[in-house]
Amino acid sequence: MATKTMAPSRVSGRDRAERRLALRMTAPSLVIMALVAAVPIGYAIWLSLNQYSVRTAGLSRFVGLENYITALSSSEWWAAFGQTFLFAGLSVSLELVLGTAMALLLNLAFKGRAVLRTVVLLPYAIITVVSAITWQTMFQPNMGLVTNVLSTLGLPGGDVVWLGEHGYAMAVIVMADVWKTTPFAALIILAGLQVISAETYEAAELDGASKWQTFVNITLPLLRPAIVLAAIFRTMDALRVFDLPFVLTRGANGTESMSMLAYTQLRENRLVGEGSALSILTFLTVMVVSVIYVRFAGGNIRDVAKEEQ
Amino acid sequence: MSTLTAERPTAALATRSKAPKRRLRGESKLHPLVWVFVVAVMAFSLIPFYWLVNTSLKKGASLSNGELFPSQPTLENYLVVFQNPEFLLALRNSVIIAVVTTTVALVFASFAAYALARLKMRRKAMILTLILSVTTFPAIAIAAPMFSIWREIGLYDTLLGLIIPKLTFALPLAIYTLTSFFKEIPRELEESAYMDGATPFVAFRKVILPLAVPGLATTAILVFISVWNEFLLAVTLTTSPESRPVPVAIAFFSGTSEFDQPLGTISAASVIITVPLVILVLVCQKRIVSGMTAGAVKG
Repeated sequence: MATKTMAPSRVSGRDRAERRLALRMTAPSLVIMALVAAVPIGYAIWLSLNQYSVRTAGLSRFVGLENYITALSSSEWWAAFGQTFLFAGLSVSLELVLGTAMALLLNLAFKGRAVLRTVVLLPYAIITVVSAITWQTMFQPNMGLVTNVLSTLGLPGGDVVWLGEHGYAMAVIVMADVWKTTPFAALIILAGLQVISAETYEAAELDGASKWQTFVNITLPLLRPAIVLAAIFRTMDALRVFDLPFVLTRGANGTESMSMLAYTQLRENRLVGEGSALSILTFLTVMVVSVIYVRFAGGNIRDVAKEEQ
Repeated sequence: MSTLTAERPTAALATRSKAPKRRLRGESKLHPLVWVFVVAVMAFSLIPFYWLVNTSLKKGASLSNGELFPSQPTLENYLVVFQNPEFLLALRNSVIIAVVTTTVALVFASFAAYALARLKMRRKAMILTLILSVTTFPAIAIAAPMFSIWREIGLYDTLLGLIIPKLTFALPLAIYTLTSFFKEIPRELEESAYMDGATPFVAFRKVILPLAVPGLATTAILVFISVWNEFLLAVTLTTSPESRPVPVAIAFFSGTSEFDQPLGTISAASVIITVPLVILVLVCQKRIVSGMTAGAVKG
């Protein structure tokens, strides 16, 4: 046997062994995720095509798409749909603007930057339920800090029961989300900021660009991939919002989200069929948005995927 | 750790000595307006915490005034919380759920992440995309059918019944974070192990894993925080104090009607479970930052 023919076959043998090992190492995770994500979603689709007796457990009949028709022709679904997107739009845009500002601050060299970084990170570790309670104490009539400051200054909103009124309740929920999750957006954007090379800035400085010009014409375009990434993560999360309205309003006063509506129908009203249909609709909505994002804005995500090939 | 992560953008954030020249220039010569922003950002982050603590120190009539400093601070709310058996049970449940889920997720994820980071594999891009897409699944789409399945097979309202679905969301997070950590480990180290006749699995166990300990710790922290925080699965799949974790217990602290909601007690409970997390951030902030941004921007 000549060594010339031996070498490639040994390599491809090692290749094959490596691929087998790779498969064995990923299999447990993939199996768990398939069993606990794909199977339930498949089952949810089945549940959503049936109607269940509220009185007799286990009694059901196949109704096809009836639950979907009921859901899609109900004002509750479209209200929840609109409210979820309103919440996501408001909170994500605030988080991106504030997050960019925070990232710029954290990228400056000054005494106290380490302290700022720690302080900014604190709300991120707070559980969402506690974030909700925290902002409830801030907006509580009579005792809340915000309500008191507003009425001391004679501004509108001081005597409003924030969680009890349309619009105001949504504002509190948006605040609670912005407070907790802006650090996440800020850190993603900061990581993007730190890979912009110093030379780029020096070149701009030599050309006599002002600070603002540099920011608009150089920093922002170069930051775009990081901002888009933060936007994707945050939007996907915001469209699933559940904890905040659950704790603050139980979905009242124009704050019911898609997930909350599905939960209420399923657990509180015991409508398994319709609740399942609503959860599948929520799932589809989020998936459609993520596909749109990756298709139109997520060039960097596709690049990452390509790089893996 | 520092030599391994020198190229990471986040490492520049974590270790100031490695910061590029640009940021050393002009140190402490901040425009006064910038200081205003710094103070505003700090105030926005910290004041709500203060107000939560402030509320937790008030009771009865003082709960309806807006004093900046409670005139009669009391620890009574904290006593009430610690004497509440349901809260203590919830703490126990949360610890068990978070520790078990994090451990199991880390074991499985480190295998998968090694294969994805290092080994030749068919359809790697597709597998990564699939794993990533699971992180965007709305939990309600899993929780709704699980509610029915678990009630039929008797896992409804049990800790195990909560750990299993939480694992599904913990796994992709752990795999994604660990893959980017594994990629940073220089290949030369494995190559020399191969020269010594090691198989890929031995290289993984003897070379990669020991070097990846900081990355594993970071991933563990992130997964722990996310499992501890998770609410929708927890509230859908449990019903009794014996299996309710902390977030659900606090959400249901409100009592029977929304009019007698004991805000002082709820605030005290919130402070109690927030303190360990604040300590975690103070001690491990560098790790948390590097983990949150791992893989986000190619360095």
